[in-house]
This record gives sequence, C-alpha cells and structure tokens, in this order.
Amino acid sequence: MEAVLLERQDSIHRTGEAPFVMDCNKDSLAGAVSQRACVFCGSRVVLYPIADALHLVHGPIGCAVYTWDIRGALSSGPELHRMSFSTDMQESDVIFGGEKKLYNALVELIDRHSPKAAFVYSTCIVGIIGDDMQAVCRKVSEEKGIPVLPVQSEGFKGNKRAGYKAACNAMRQLVGMGDISGISKHSLNIMGDFNLAGEIWLIREYFTRMGVEVVANITGDGRVGDIQRAHGAALNVVQCSGSTMDLAKMMKEDYGIPSLRVSYFGIEDMAESLYAVAAFFKDEEMMRCTRELVKEELSLIMPEIMKYRQALAGKRAAIYVGGAFKAFSLVKAFRTIGMQVVMVGSQTGTPEDYEELAAITDPGTIIVDDSNPLELSAFLQEKDVDIFVGGVKERPIAYKLGVAFCDHNHERKEMLAGFTGMLNFAREVYGSVMSPVWRFVPRKAETLQEETND
Amino acid sequence: MTKMVPQYVSTTNACKLCKPLGASLAFRGVEGAVPFLHGSQGCATYMRRYIISHFNEPIDIASSSLGEKNAVYGGGANLKLGLKNVTEKYHPALIGIATTCLTETIGDDVKRLLFEYRQEFMQDGGPLLVQVSTPSYSGTHMEGFHAAVRALVEQLTVAAEPNGTVNILPGFLSAADLRSLKEIVADYGLIATVLPDFSETLDGPALRDYPLIPEGGTKIKDIQAMSGAKSTVEFGHTLPDQLSGGKHLEKTYNVPLHRLGMPVGIRETDRFFDVLGELSGKPMPEKYTMTRGRLVDSLVDGHKYVFGKRAVVYGEEDLVIGLTSFLAEIGVQPVVCASGGTSGGFIKAIENAVEGFAVEMPRIHEGMDFHEIGELAAELKPDFFLGHSKGYTLARGLNIPLIRVGFPIHDRVGGQRLLHIGYHGAQQLFDLIANAMIMAKQDGSEVGYSYM
Repeated sequence: MEAVLLERQDSIHRTGEAPFVMDCNKDSLAGAVSQRACVFCGSRVVLYPIADALHLVHGPIGCAVYTWDIRGALSSGPELHRMSFSTDMQESDVIFGGEKKLYNALVELIDRHSPKAAFVYSTCIVGIIGDDMQAVCRKVSEEKGIPVLPVQSEGFKGNKRAGYKAACNAMRQLVGMGDISGISKHSLNIMGDFNLAGEIWLIREYFTRMGVEVVANITGDGRVGDIQRAHGAALNVVQCSGSTMDLAKMMKEDYGIPSLRVSYFGIEDMAESLYAVAAFFKDEEMMRCTRELVKEELSLIMPEIMKYRQALAGKRAAIYVGGAFKAFSLVKAFRTIGMQVVMVGSQTGTPEDYEELAAITDPGTIIVDDSNPLELSAFLQEKDVDIFVGGVKERPIAYKLGVAFCDHNHERKEMLAGFTGMLNFAREVYGSVMSPVWRFVPRKAETLQEETND
Repeated sequence: MTKMVPQYVSTTNACKLCKPLGASLAFRGVEGAVPFLHGSQGCATYMRRYIISHFNEPIDIASSSLGEKNAVYGGGANLKLGLKNVTEKYHPALIGIATTCLTETIGDDVKRLLFEYRQEFMQDGGPLLVQVSTPSYSGTHMEGFHAAVRALVEQLTVAAEPNGTVNILPGFLSAADLRSLKEIVADYGLIATVLPDFSETLDGPALRDYPLIPEGGTKIKDIQAMSGAKSTVEFGHTLPDQLSGGKHLEKTYNVPLHRLGMPVGIRETDRFFDVLGELSGKPMPEKYTMTRGRLVDSLVDGHKYVFGKRAVVYGEEDLVIGLTSFLAEIGVQPVVCASGGTSGGFIKAIENAVEGFAVEMPRIHEGMDFHEIGELAAELKPDFFLGHSKGYTLARGLNIPLIRVGFPIHDRVGGQRLLHIGYHGAQQLFDLIANAMIMAKQDGSEVGYSYM
C-alpha cells in the first residue's frame, strides 16, 4: 500500500491473514507523523483530573500551555486542575539550572492556592540539564507540609506508556498515607476513568446502587485525600488498562489488593463489569441488585437505541484511539447499533491487545498500531468508511474526506460511558452519519451525480 | 503609565505559545512544504492538536521523534531518517526544519547535519531544506513565526533581475485576512509575493482525497525572486531587525522596506493603502473608497453604543497594537493592553497608537499571563475583553462579553474566517464590538427593548 512506509508494514495487520504479527509498543518512527504525543503527555493526562492538587510543569512554556484545560475532566469541587502552571524556563535557567526557579515557583503557587498536594512534571530539557527535582520537591514538601511529588516525565524517555508509569509511580507515594478506618468490606477504587463529561458520577451511582462503597476515584474528579486512603479498598476496578494498571499492580504488591479489568463503554462491557464486581464480592443480594440495575437501565435506553440501529444497520466504522482496551468496547458497541468495524487501531496497544482485537473483529478488518494521517486516510478510503471514531487530531482527517466523526477522546463533552453513555454514543453516531451535509461533499456528491445521470 | 504588576516567578495560564509552533505555521504557508520539528514526538503532536482546534483543518507536522538514546548521543540519525521518510511519503518541495528546546539543549548542529544529509541522500535531488533555530525557552510563537519567515528569505532568495513585484511579509494573520490582503493588492494592479500564505493550506475546501500537502501557499520560485521586487511591505511595529525578512532583503538586495503596523482600524489601513498607492501609482480603487466610506458612516451610526466602554485587549503584540489603535478611533477606552511577548517595542507602540485621542493611557504590560491580566481586570472594571479564546474563563468570571479575535479560537467555529485587517476587517470588528455592547445592555435590561 502506497501510504505505508516499509518500516511500518509490520504494525498493520488484517484480521484473518496469518500469521499474526504486530510490531508495537515502541518509539514512533521519525518522520512518520505519529498521532502520539510523548511521555509527558502520558503523565499529564493521567494525573490531570486530580482537582485539588497543584500541577506544575517544570520546563519552557509549551508543555504547560498546550495542556491547559485540555481534558473534559469534571470536578464536583475544586478546579485547580483546570489551570496551567509553568516555571516558564528561560535561557538563563537552562544555562544555570532551574532548581531555584522551581523552588520559588512551588512556594509561590502553594501559598497562593493551598493545594492538598503538588505534582511537578519534568520536561525534556529538565532531563538534560539535570535539575534535581527530587531534592527540590522534598524540601518544599517539608516546608509546606504537603506531599510534593516529582513526576519523571521527560518527553523523550519512551512513549506515552512510559508517562502512564511515571504518573503511577507518583501516585504510589500518596497511597497509604490516609486513615482507612470505617471503609466497608464491599469497597473499591475506580481506576482509569477520568470523569469526562461527568462519567464517573454515573459509574459511582451504579456501584452505590449495588451497595459498594467507592473509596477513591483514580483519577476522574480525584482528590488527594481519597487517593491517600485508596489502600483501604477491597478491590481495584481498572478501566483504560494502559494508564492505571501499573498502579493497580503496585497496590497488589504493596497492599495485596486484587484488581479487575473493566470497561464502561457499550452495553455488554458495562453490564459485564458490574456483574464481575458483584461476583467478586460473592454477595447474592448484591448480584440481585446488579441484575435489577442492568435490567432497569436497559429498559430505559433500548427502545431509542433500536431506532438508531435500524437506520445505521450495515454502515461501516473505523476506530483509532489512544488505548486498545477502549477499542475492544467500541467494536462491541458498534455491533449493538448494527454497524461493522472495518478498521481499528490505537496509539499504545500491546501485542496481547492486538491479538484480542484480531480475535473479535471480522475478517479483513485492518488493525494498526501508532498510525499516522496518511495511513488513516488511506484506510478510510479503502474501506469506504461511514464514521470514524477518534480524537481531535483524527477529526480533520475524517472531515476533509467527507466522513462522519465521533469524538471519543479526552476532550469530548458528551458522556459516553455507562448505559446512558451508550445511548449518547448511538445518538452521536446517528447525528453525524445521517447528517444531510455529506451529500454535498465531493466523495458523495460524485456518486449522487452518477446515480442521477444513470 | 505602566504601573508595575506583581512579578510572579511562575507563569499561570500563559498568554503566549512556544517558538516552534509559530515556525510550523509559517512553513505551512509555503507551497509544497512540510513543517518538521527536530525534537521529541510530543511537540509536533501537541502543536498539531492546538492548530487543528483553531483551523479545523489537517496539519501534518513531522517530527524526528527523538528517544532517550538520541538525547544522549545526538539526534542526527533520527533527523536524517525523518527527512528521508517525509521525502518518501509526502514528496515535498520543501521541508521546513525547526528545532525545539530539547535539540537546542543537547546542542545538535542542525546546519551541519543537513549538510551531511544533502551529501548522503540528496545527490540526485530532493526537497529544499530550510532550517530555523527555535528554542522554546526564549521568546514566543511570534518570534518563531518571524524567524521562520526570515530563514525562508535568507536561505531561498537569490539575486534576481528587477521584476516589478511587491513583497508582503504580513506576520501572523488569519486565513480570511490573507485572502483579503491578496485581493486588495491585486485591486491595485500589483503583483505581490505574500509570505507566508496559509489562506488555502490551512483553510481549504472539502476534498475527494486526503492531500499529502494541500494546495496553495507562497510559491518557492516567488520567494527566490523576492530580491527583484521593487519594494517590501512588512507589518509589525515590534518586529526586531534580526527577525525581519524585510531588513534582510533591504540589506542584501537593496529592496526598499516599508515597515507598517498591522493594518487594523482606519489609520493603520490608510497608511497601508497610501503605500499601495505609492507603489502602484494608482488612486484608491473605488471599491475601497466606498468601503471606507461605509465604515465611517457605520461608526457614526453606532458611536454611542461603544463610547467610553472599557476594554481589556490581549494577545500577540502587533495584533494588540492594531486593535488598540482601532479602539481609540471609535472612542473605546482600552484599560489594559497585555501580551505574553517581550519584544521591547510594545509599550511605545501602544502609546503611539492612542496618542492624540481623548483616552486615558491604558495599563500596558508585556510578558503577561492570564493570572496577571485577571488581577488587573478585576481592579479596572472593563466592559469587555478583546482577544483570543483563552481569555474566556476570565471574561466569564467577570460576567462580561469576550469578543473573539486572533489565534487561537478554540471554543467557536470560524476562527480562520475572522477578518481583522483593512476597511472590511474594521467593519467586522466594529459590528462585533457594537453588537456585543448592545446585547449586554439588552440582556441586562428588565425591559428588553426590541429597538436599539
């Protein structure tokens, strides 16, 4: 295929074609215009929603300004996370070191905002000039009496996954600091949900209805105090496996807390996740409540979903998202509305992730790791896709070609998790695919013209 | 008149972007060009996302995607591999290579690396390679923008016969501004090389196929022949000489330079039209005498709605200067003029812009962030904010309108279609401002008048 560089051919697979090989989870190829960001991005997105913490980016202005208020992660209280703080390093800081500026900036911002903790993100050049962030953070922590945690997120030290790990390392230092008395034996931490458009509130409500206490949100609508008590929970439920699974593993190691992989996207995965939690607690009453809950929720959404299904049946979808785990759920969610997934890819999937994608998709489906605009646009055309699901960087690729689009990334303002989220998803897909504007775009206008001529 | 604001160590909600972003935008305005950042992968991706959210257009910015080993041993190999891959896939006529803070700090000698690359891979031809140094630990995106324009001129322009054309170096305008600018110049019968020109590359039509590189942009052969132009018109009061493409052309090829402000508002636009008249030897085309006349007529019609209103204006220095000049012309009191830039020329230029008008001298501050702007605004009770969309939170907090201009516009459609320059631009700005004031009064009134 002309759009694919030779070095990238092993990162593309078509379901049904043997043998399965997938070259993934490595640095992006130079010059390939990857859709990925960097280590810093990985850390920043995971920690971002912790709303009562100060998030200070130690580096030149770019890294902070491009991540200002970037996620649709809502807070029910403080909104410190929506601010962009930077040491705004200048040339003299690069030459003489930025430690003093970092110290002064931290003191100034902690005095101004009284956060419950501070995360300090290192950026590329901090890694190069060798500022001792650990020492500065320790000093400020002692002086101000709050945890001040360095996040080792130099952009070049790996890909986004390395950033997830760095974020988990920082959070690990918080866990275990709080008082855990009074936490129910039926309790859990919600990990890997970022409360986009208020999703975690919905999920919490489901758990509450089941009789499960949620100890900490990690990290959507997150609070430092809750994370410090997170070791008191009986279970970790982990969505978005790439981003917080490391923390779950650390908590298993440190406190023996087991974890379950869950997903709140799509009817099947949402229901299965709740059942898995109920099964974990081995509580008959809880299982009964859960069945009730699922039944009730489905009865509320299915009539309308069936309406969309009728209109969308047989249409083709393409998926390109950050984490592969979300892609599994999306494949199923599209089936729920009668659509066929013909391309699916992610920025950070592992070989196991891609193997699973190959197992659940139809023959001929394109599976791709760390793709780029040229490949994605070629796939959209080859498969004559009706809707593309991705993030902001994928949107103009779809729109330029006259393909419908659904934003499923962290900037979205629509709730897509939970049962209600499935309905919203169906509405959004329907609203984009069925829009009359496509008849005017060249891709469709030409076909319409030909049909008219015939 | 510049009462000191508290000087904070930290920056909160910056009112500036970093240098490589500006360079990427400038390179995107050259025909057949691909912007390329020499640094870690995140820079290119973050900037693409930021630019896409304003223009709603694809922008492919390549990266050398440096990893840990490259940061230790040098990024040369990745730079070369990246250039090779971009050449193979995009078939560019030009690759615009901008450095980042990482590659500047590890000390990669890009010039030497490109020399080697040409020796190793370009014996049989290949794209032009233009490189610019854009460490993000100094200056803002505007310095990056101007540096890239200067690099294009320095590295592409060669001695040429006089060709009767005019060079226009407009700085960072909107796509609509660039289209309007080209129309104005053409209406004077002048043939102009506008550099950069992303009016099509960042605001193109719906297409059948994904364009490797979208059509449009300043033609490379025109850049090469800028030395033969009869004059250069360059916008920007704060542009330092060492970043000025016009200065380079003047010094190297004796192309006379007209340095003007961004033509925002009546007086700055008049000056620009005067220069066009001088260069073309023609009077103002009737189309523009009529537009100017209608503009003045509308200012009269609407002057009471805006007179004495207090505005906070912020953004890139030269845009703020132009906007402030226009506000003074319509009787709005600018109370704060702020920019994240620190060119050194901002304060004087604002003072000049309001001189002779019956307004108080505004608070003028360079190197500002939104925390500082917010502190001033809280004290000065403005009626509206005028600037890009990042001021929204502050304006919302004060319960006053934000009138969106400039870049970025991340919370509305149509940022690329906003018109700021010329008489048409002034008309649009006036209508926006007057209607925002009328709407604020109407919405806040218990009566709800249905006439103004």
